Amino acid sequence: MSDFIAPADEAGVVAAIQSAIAAREPLSIEGNGSKRGLLRPVQAARGLTTRGLTGITLYKPTELVLSARAGTPMPEIEATLAERGQMLAPEPPDMRGIFGVAEPATIGGLVATNLSGPRRITVGSVRDHLLGIRFVNGAGEVIRSGGRVLKNVTGLDLCKLLAGSHGTLGVLTEVTMKVLPAAEASATLAIAVPDLAAGVKALSAGLTSPFGVTGAALRIDPHGATALLRLEDLSESVRYRGARLREDLASFGDVSLIEDSAGLWRGIRDAEPLGAAEEDAIWRLSVRPSAAPALAAALQAAFGARLLLDWGGGLIWVAGPATEAAHAAVMAATAAARGSFTLFRAPAPMRAALPVMPPEAPALAAIAARVQAALDPFGLFNPGRMRSRP
Amino acid sequence: MISLPPPKPEILARRDAIVAELHALLPADAVIHEALRMRPYETDGLSAYRQMPLAVVLPSTTDQVAAVMRYCHEQGIRVVPRGAGTSLSGGALPLEDAVVIGLMRMNRILEIDFDDRLAVVEAGVTNLGITKAVEHEGFFYAPDPSSQLACMIGGNVNMNSGGAHCLKYGVTANNLLGLKLVTPTGDIVEVGGDHLDSAGYDWLGLMTGSEGMLGIVTEVTVRILRGPEGARAMLAAFKGTEIAGQAVDAIIGSGIIPVALEFMDKPCIHACEAFAHAGYPLDAEAMLIIEVEGSVAEQDFLLHRIKEICARFDPISLKVATSVEESMAIWKGRKGAFGAVGRISPDYLCMDGTIPTGELPFVLKRIGEMSTQYGLQVANVFHAGDGNLHPLIMFDANDPASFHRAEAFGADILKLCVEVGGCLTGEHGVGVEKRDLMHVQFHPHELDQQRAIKTAFDPAWLLNPHKVFPLTEHA
Repeated sequence: MSDFIAPADEAGVVAAIQSAIAAREPLSIEGNGSKRGLLRPVQAARGLTTRGLTGITLYKPTELVLSARAGTPMPEIEATLAERGQMLAPEPPDMRGIFGVAEPATIGGLVATNLSGPRRITVGSVRDHLLGIRFVNGAGEVIRSGGRVLKNVTGLDLCKLLAGSHGTLGVLTEVTMKVLPAAEASATLAIAVPDLAAGVKALSAGLTSPFGVTGAALRIDPHGATALLRLEDLSESVRYRGARLREDLASFGDVSLIEDSAGLWRGIRDAEPLGAAEEDAIWRLSVRPSAAPALAAALQAAFGARLLLDWGGGLIWVAGPATEAAHAAVMAATAAARGSFTLFRAPAPMRAALPVMPPEAPALAAIAARVQAALDPFGLFNPGRMRSRP
Repeated sequence: MISLPPPKPEILARRDAIVAELHALLPADAVIHEALRMRPYETDGLSAYRQMPLAVVLPSTTDQVAAVMRYCHEQGIRVVPRGAGTSLSGGALPLEDAVVIGLMRMNRILEIDFDDRLAVVEAGVTNLGITKAVEHEGFFYAPDPSSQLACMIGGNVNMNSGGAHCLKYGVTANNLLGLKLVTPTGDIVEVGGDHLDSAGYDWLGLMTGSEGMLGIVTEVTVRILRGPEGARAMLAAFKGTEIAGQAVDAIIGSGIIPVALEFMDKPCIHACEAFAHAGYPLDAEAMLIIEVEGSVAEQDFLLHRIKEICARFDPISLKVATSVEESMAIWKGRKGAFGAVGRISPDYLCMDGTIPTGELPFVLKRIGEMSTQYGLQVANVFHAGDGNLHPLIMFDANDPASFHRAEAFGADILKLCVEVGGCLTGEHGVGVEKRDLMHVQFHPHELDQQRAIKTAFDPAWLLNPHKVFPLTEHA
């Protein structure tokens, strides 16, 4: 795809969509395209990018709220928040490494993909922190949902619907996020565990403690595994809770305290310890934590899967050969665990040929088709990105 | 008075046959059609509005709900779902030609898993019932609406209920994993699951807060959380609402997010003190209740920091609880606020707008002016951390003119909330109460977009068709 329209403002987005309606010409929708390799390749001759819609439009630190145009690069948002000691609490990952791209993600792309990092287990996902949106629907109308206040139940919550919809329901032009103070201090307990099952138990023990664990990941090493539990709070609290938690976890294995663990968690956030080879396919699975050990064992047996667990075992990053057989094993194991999967990275022909997420029950699929038609009546936006269209 | 869509005469005419056919679908005692026994279902927490339904059914299983929904879909009969009937926005108000589906018999707890930190419960389990079922292991279900003793989780999902502690723990939408529901056409579907963040459209998020318009929720998988080691409250009273607002900003600006941050104005302080004798300072213009969590040492440290911040704003009094009992005493007045206002006024309307917290002083000043203009007293309680304002407008229901003035006053407050950048409802829902104000917050084409999504779920507009949207040709 060579032909990208890059409007400078929302009115330009509306105009571009109106032209697409007139020509009945589908559009590939993206921000900076940093996650273009995610899900299925889009079947569209032309593209629409929101990269021209930039800038923070509202930031009120004491009201815990920030609005930005959809194309604003994430580093700009993160730097602005950091100046006031605040953050996007769900810890959105930076997937440039995974996808081998140079340009950073945009805030609109983040919302459209709803990707959250380690802190998601405690504070919720990107969609949980999304307060309001402006988007252009497939009829070329500007629609607002939510707002700039923390509590809002006025009308149907289209923020939830658009978050994670991968640009298939509307083109986001501006988003408003809840922001939170970054913790004054943090520390991580590392527990050497014999295997994955013991590791998940250790993570559960941390997450069921009263100490407010904000990260619970499991790194698989050649001869065992390391369970990592993060504490973030005022420094007095981190010191106290670290000592208490260390006592509680001693029965699971040798516990060590890592005082400066920011880089460690940045790596886990971005799935670096997965150690995926360049030619590997990557899957991202969401399951009930207690189902993780059996699922992991099945994938290791099927194709020698490389693994990284986060969210107390509820998020499983999987790397393996980009083959149909490996994909079939992932689908079967995830279905057996009643979980969800995303084919996160794979060669385009593989992503085009195989389901990149679990199928929807027929009754729900019928509703999905009608909801899609309600927002994008001409089927213009990112056709085929999430599921192949009949 | 609220207007309702005209009943379908062909449905009213077939009432006896419909009741007989519902009997055939359900156990003998699950269909209610006698006027006297239907009476409790004619209204909810917004008792100014009443409407008797066609019939009431009380299914005990998801399959029974689906059977009723399929039947009503085939026959073109409207349906109104109902949990405990505690809605303050008329969310459970019936229609004359509608079957009310009451979920209160679906009150089983199906599964509790502490290691995976989840519980699977039927829609008719009460909010507090979930916490009661898990508290022996130190766990709780976080959203805590004031009605938590009575309100049911199915209703909480449909209204996306909040509570006093959502500044830290979020609202219902942030504490769910999955739902089992029956679609308007009678299909049983599951959305979300027993894990986080399913791939695909976020049906779980869209259903939450959809006010019973998209489906009937029958089972809910909730996240349960391990509670903190302890919690303690402090009280800070100030000479002006503006100063109290500045203190709130300073606390949050310092990087501390208290687990609760409640604001009361002078009329509310007086009403609560007369009722609860909690030791509230009667000379204060505004008072904050601030709660923190952690070990005793952590509480001491946090409360000390907050006390130091409050001290910069010339407080009238600062009282830090030194025990659980003192903490409960501080909360006692606030928790009894609605009852306290009920004592000084025969009736009151509880409003529920949200505003950007920085607008609080201006909004309270305007509400005071409106109070004079309408000749009605108002007391304000406010979840200060998240901007959710609850003005209690006092009136006399025996005087229709007083009720209409109270409604107009309430509408003006909500319009003001939208004007300053907020919204019509923070946690009570639109229901029928705020339906006709939706155009204040949304453009017509935005409401049409929402209606089109409702239509995608419910093409014939049979499920709760008279809620949320201003009445149109759809309803």
